[in-house]
Amino acid sequence: MSGDEPRLVDSFTAPKEVLQEFADLAEEEDFDPFAETASKRQIAARQSDYHNRRFERVAHEGVDAFKAVEDGKEVEGGYKDAMRLQMLEREEQRVRRAIEDKERQAREEGKEKMDLDRTPPREELMEAAQELAQSSGTKRKRRWDMSEPSDENADVKMEDKGEWSKEALEQAAPKKRRSRWDATPADVTNVGETPKRSRWDQAPAAQPEPAMTPIIMNAPGLMHDDKHNRYLSDEELDAILPSQGYQIVTPPPGYAPLVRPPKFANPVTEVGGFHISEGSDAAAVAAAQGLAPELPTEIPGVGSLAFFKAEDAQYFAKILKEEDETELSVDEMKERKIMRLLLKIKNGTPPVRKTALRQITDKAREFGAGPLFDKILPLLMERTLEDQERHLLVKVIDRVLYKLDDLVRPYVHKILVVIEPLLIDEDYYARVEGREIISNLSKAAGLAHMISTMRPDIDHADEYVRNTTARAFSVVASALGIPSLLPFLKAVCRSKKSWQARHTGIRIVQQIAIMMGCAVLPHLRNLVDCIAHGLQDEQQKVRTMTALALAALAEAAAPYGIESFDNVLKPLWVGIRLHRGKSLAAFLKAIGFILPLMDPEYVSYYIKEVTIILIREFQTSDEEMKKIVLKVVQQCAATEGVTPQYIKQDILPDFFKAFWVRRMALDRRNYRQVVETTVELAQKAGVAEIVGRIVNDLKDEAEPYRKMVMETITKVVASLGASDIDERLEVRLVDGIIYAFQEQTTEDQVMLDGFGTVVNALGIRVKPYLTQIVSTILWRLNNKSAKVRQQAADLTTRLAVVIKQCGEDQLLNKLGLVLFEQLGEEYPDTLGSIIAAEGAIANVVGMTQMNPPIKDLLPRLTPILRNRHEKVQEATINLIGRIADRGAEFVPAREWMRICFELLDLLKAHKKGIRRAAVNSFGYIAKSLGPQDVLQVLLTNLRVQERQSRVCSTVAIAIVAETCGPFTCIPAILNEYRTAELNVRTGCLKALTFVFEYVGPQSAYYVDSVVTMLEDALTDRDLVHRQTASVIVKHLALGVAGLGCEDSMMHLMNLVWPNCFETSPHVIGAVMEAIEAMRVTLGPGVLLSYTLQGLFHPARKVREVYWRVYNSLYLGASDALVPFYPDLGELSEGQNVYDRHPLQMFI
Amino acid sequence: MSSELRYTANTQLEHLHARYTGTGHADLTKYEWLTHQHRDTLSSIVGHPPLASYLAIADGEAIGRVKFEMTERMLQPCGPPPAKDD
Repeated sequence: MSGDEPRLVDSFTAPKEVLQEFADLAEEEDFDPFAETASKRQIAARQSDYHNRRFERVAHEGVDAFKAVEDGKEVEGGYKDAMRLQMLEREEQRVRRAIEDKERQAREEGKEKMDLDRTPPREELMEAAQELAQSSGTKRKRRWDMSEPSDENADVKMEDKGEWSKEALEQAAPKKRRSRWDATPADVTNVGETPKRSRWDQAPAAQPEPAMTPIIMNAPGLMHDDKHNRYLSDEELDAILPSQGYQIVTPPPGYAPLVRPPKFANPVTEVGGFHISEGSDAAAVAAAQGLAPELPTEIPGVGSLAFFKAEDAQYFAKILKEEDETELSVDEMKERKIMRLLLKIKNGTPPVRKTALRQITDKAREFGAGPLFDKILPLLMERTLEDQERHLLVKVIDRVLYKLDDLVRPYVHKILVVIEPLLIDEDYYARVEGREIISNLSKAAGLAHMISTMRPDIDHADEYVRNTTARAFSVVASALGIPSLLPFLKAVCRSKKSWQARHTGIRIVQQIAIMMGCAVLPHLRNLVDCIAHGLQDEQQKVRTMTALALAALAEAAAPYGIESFDNVLKPLWVGIRLHRGKSLAAFLKAIGFILPLMDPEYVSYYIKEVTIILIREFQTSDEEMKKIVLKVVQQCAATEGVTPQYIKQDILPDFFKAFWVRRMALDRRNYRQVVETTVELAQKAGVAEIVGRIVNDLKDEAEPYRKMVMETITKVVASLGASDIDERLEVRLVDGIIYAFQEQTTEDQVMLDGFGTVVNALGIRVKPYLTQIVSTILWRLNNKSAKVRQQAADLTTRLAVVIKQCGEDQLLNKLGLVLFEQLGEEYPDTLGSIIAAEGAIANVVGMTQMNPPIKDLLPRLTPILRNRHEKVQEATINLIGRIADRGAEFVPAREWMRICFELLDLLKAHKKGIRRAAVNSFGYIAKSLGPQDVLQVLLTNLRVQERQSRVCSTVAIAIVAETCGPFTCIPAILNEYRTAELNVRTGCLKALTFVFEYVGPQSAYYVDSVVTMLEDALTDRDLVHRQTASVIVKHLALGVAGLGCEDSMMHLMNLVWPNCFETSPHVIGAVMEAIEAMRVTLGPGVLLSYTLQGLFHPARKVREVYWRVYNSLYLGASDALVPFYPDLGELSEGQNVYDRHPLQMFI
Repeated sequence: MSSELRYTANTQLEHLHARYTGTGHADLTKYEWLTHQHRDTLSSIVGHPPLASYLAIADGEAIGRVKFEMTERMLQPCGPPPAKDD
């Protein structure tokens, strides 16, 4: 190709990026298109780092102290140990921090000249390690990711009487490799502890101290199940490498891998040394590791599941393979049974899940707390857990808790560690579930045990743990009552040992207030006294938390309980002069919530004191402070004791200077807060004062700011009216509003609402401006943006009434005509608005004066009825209904009939409003045309397929009957009932139910005409017939009560009565209601004689039904039954005399 | 209640009934039922002044006395409960 000749393109090909994308895709062999959404469903992936700190928590093995005392054994591993461990942990953290500080200091001083990621000098490490060892006095707690030192195996032989002990397992299945997901070969804690020690979370411990181990095996950043990052196993290496010429070298002595290969995936072999796993077992392990390409959907003994995730394989490895059940011990069988049930619940289809849930609940005590929670809790801490799975597992815990009751005690802490994070979940339902569980847990375990379990976490070094513990405690308080927890709270809030304990104690009080609301009132003084001293605490965090807790208490107690806060008023008001920043904000918040509680005569003094600070803080640049200041100003303005004068003089000038600036409109939360506060101030200062200050800003150049002004004016005028606004202000206001409306670039509700509200509030005063306003509307109705046209139409709807009030009929006519011309609009939203506007004009002008004339308007609307858009349908049907009601005579009958047919289609609409409007329109049309034709249309419609359409037709028939008189319809319905089609007959019956429901006492004239039909229906084989007929009887009976139709009603009663043995819920419901209605018409005495036959019938099924009828009768008319009770004196025997002697007296 | 009906709205009705005194069930004894009837009768007399004054005249007692006696009688109006068979 020569250089300057343009290159000829002989074929087109895809752009380079696209090709690249495909190439990338091809490289990434198992690209999972669902990966992205899956990670969104996973709770852990979605939550913040703070939430995910739950994975770092440790749970300690608990002991049922009560149980042990009963058994006469010494309690170990309980509260004391938990406290000691907790102390060690704190100490460890402190030392770590000290080391970090030291390093940082060293770096800053420039001593450290090497790279930052270089390991620190050896001496330093040694020193730190030494310090660590000294400070803790024991060996460092073992982390899950460190391999066990070899010396530990010596301890393994130690006794463990638990049924899950190693011995037991070994005996049961000697050559079986243990595939426990966490299996670590040690359980060396004290002999004779709780017999059912479970070991789901136990790591080996070198010394006989209770194991404290991380509950979580999945540390952040280590996804063991990721098959790309997995370690190569020996088998794989064997397959890859040639068998000759290589030698497997033993690792050097003392070598320990920094990160252990995943324990659960590569189960630790027995102490005895290497062993070869069985074939089926290996397959399960392979599946667990993700080697097996497809995941099972059928699990032996479980059946098919809805889904199965790769992560599930680790937990359920044992049941994935076929096993010879005869070789298993009882406990192993039990364990597998639990796993199967859990898998069914977690991954099964709803029916499978339901039965499994019931089984696990029923057998909970049989399974025992240990085995159950050993399986459930690890599942809940899985990183890839999704909402649905979590919900189901939490449900399992809840059900199981009920059954286990106090057996649950040893597991309280473990359960809490898993459940507490739910309390700070962003999902409301998760929070509710968490509360439910903890409340049930505390009821099952008892207060003392809950306190002793949770006490160590109260001054935990990690803020996350303290936070969740405080919330859990508040749940305990609400479950067991505040008084029982008060002594403990008092002690904690006064703790001298650590400020963290005081902080948490006060936070518990705060959480109690937030959670229990006004239920804190009886204990308010105690709670306040409990935390009052915290305001002068030496720790700033404690002071802040105290103020927040007081705010929460005052908010919960409002409007009562000011006397309980007496003690804290002074420290609070002194405090706002002493503090700055965060704690000042908290103090102000507390004051803001206490002010509304005060008596009006004192409040002004306190407000004056706080206003000085508030005004100073108006200038703050801190967003949080700004919000709190605004809130407090709002609360001050709302109190009764503050005078308008004071607000106008002392607060408003600074307030407007600080907050009514453009910058405030940019942040959504600031925006809302400023608007709310200003509206509250307006309640005191008056409309003119506030509107006068901001009205000029309606012409501001920043649109968000104009919107903020508009919204404020709207709210102020809507609540206080416009009578306060003088003439000059009125001119500026209307001018500003028109300007703001015209200049808007994003058409939203705020401007529209504002315009409508202000104009409606001004009423007749708006007349001079109407020409201008209407010309704006007209101009905008022809705009090329559909949104603008829609908005103009909406504004017309709102202004129509005011325009009429001002007597500007020509303007309305003009608008009506323009809107009429716009009926060809193609955007459905806009069309809907235009029709609604036309309807509003028709409403105020009246049908006779309407321009365009009705006879032109309606034919134009008929085809629009076919539009599928809901908004259009609703607007159209409303307008047509209105015309049918008020001006039917302007339209020829033929047109109405056409509309009737169109209306039938609308009966299928989803929106109830549309169906109701359509049904009502039938009534109006029938009224003007006479019922015959309309009724014919409706009765024919009973033959259609859709149930909804038929039901609506029956309602329409009833409405026609109501508007035109029952005599016009009932004969036609009865005639139609003779059709041999089931749907039609049911429809006729249904129509009659509505007819008799609507006409009420008028039914007395028609009873005799429908009796024969009802006889037929009540003796029909079809259940639905009898049901519907019973409903008719009910309405009839209620309608004719006291009108002398007892003979026919008695006849119907005899036909209804045999149906009382029906079992289908709807039928029996209808029959019972009919019988109940009969009580009203025939009187309770008659009904009693019916029931007396069966109250003591030998067959239980009969008795049950009769007693139910009797009970309804009794509750309805117990007093009236007295004279009708049979005289049973002859049944008297021995001491029991059944004669009712008072009734036998006579004069 | 039969098992088909256990999960329907009628159970609610049943529960509602059970919350009131004087209602019955399939296992109610003659004694219990009649006791309720007697109590209803007595309270009806106390609650309807014309009935109370009628009885007062027939008995030659004060109306207050009649009402008091009726109220007193409401405690075991048919005598002590019969001994249980089983």
